[in-house]
Amino acid sequence: MKDGRPVNLDISTMKLPITAWASISHRVSGILTIPIFALFLWVLQLSLESKESFQILQENFSAPLAKVFIILVLTVYSYHLLAGIKHLIMDLGYGETFEGGVIGAKLLFACTGISFILISWWLW
Amino acid sequence: MNVTVFNRSGISDWILQRASSVIMLAYSLTVASAVIPDTSYEAWSVFMTQTWMRGFSTLALLAMIAHSWIGVWAVLTDYVTVRMLGSLGERLRLFLLVLMGILLLVYLLWGVFIIWGFI
Repeated sequence: MKDGRPVNLDISTMKLPITAWASISHRVSGILTIPIFALFLWVLQLSLESKESFQILQENFSAPLAKVFIILVLTVYSYHLLAGIKHLIMDLGYGETFEGGVIGAKLLFACTGISFILISWWLW
Repeated sequence: MNVTVFNRSGISDWILQRASSVIMLAYSLTVASAVIPDTSYEAWSVFMTQTWMRGFSTLALLAMIAHSWIGVWAVLTDYVTVRMLGSLGERLRLFLLVLMGILLLVYLLWGVFIIWGFI
C-alpha cells in the first residue's frame, strides 16, 4: 500500500447492509476471543488442578454476575464459531450472491440467538 | 512480500485458517458433548486426561495459535496502516504483532503445561 492512490471510502457515511454487520462482528468477536482464550485456559487449569480447585471454580461460577459474564463470553465464542461455519459454507460456493449473503447473515443472527438461549438455559 | 504472514504465502495462510477453524470447531463440540451431560469433577478429569484427548487438546491449542495469528494479522493490515494512522501505522502494527506473538507464546506454554498435567 505504498502507491498513494486516493481512497474515497468513509464507512461512517454509509448505511451498511446486514452482510457488512455480519462480517464486521465476525472480526470483532474474533479479536474478543483472544482474551477469552486466556479465561478458558485459566478455567481449564483450575478445573483440572484438583477436586478442591474445581469446586472453588464451580462455587464462583454460581454467582449471578459470574453466570451473566460466562453466558456472554460463550455467546461471543459461539457467534464466532457460527460465523466461521457460514464462511466455510460460502467458501464451498453456497450463498455467494448478495441475496444469499443476506439470508446467510439473517440465519447467522438467528442461530446466535438460539445458541444464546441454549447457553443461558444450560448455565442458569 | 510481508514477512509477518504466518507462512509467507497467502494461499497457505488461507488453508491453515480454515483447517484450524475446523479443528477448533470439532474440539469445541467434543468438549461440550462431554461436559454438558456430566459436570462432575470425576467425569471431567477422567475425560480430559485420556491420552487421545490430551493429544486433541494440544492440536486444538496449536490450531488456536495459528488461527489467532492469521486473524490478527489480517485485521491489523486492514486497520493499523499508514493510510489509517499516518507514518506511525507501520511501526504500531509491528509492535502489536510482536505483542501478539509474545501473548500466543505464553498461551502455548501455559496450555501445554495444563493439558499434560505439569501444573
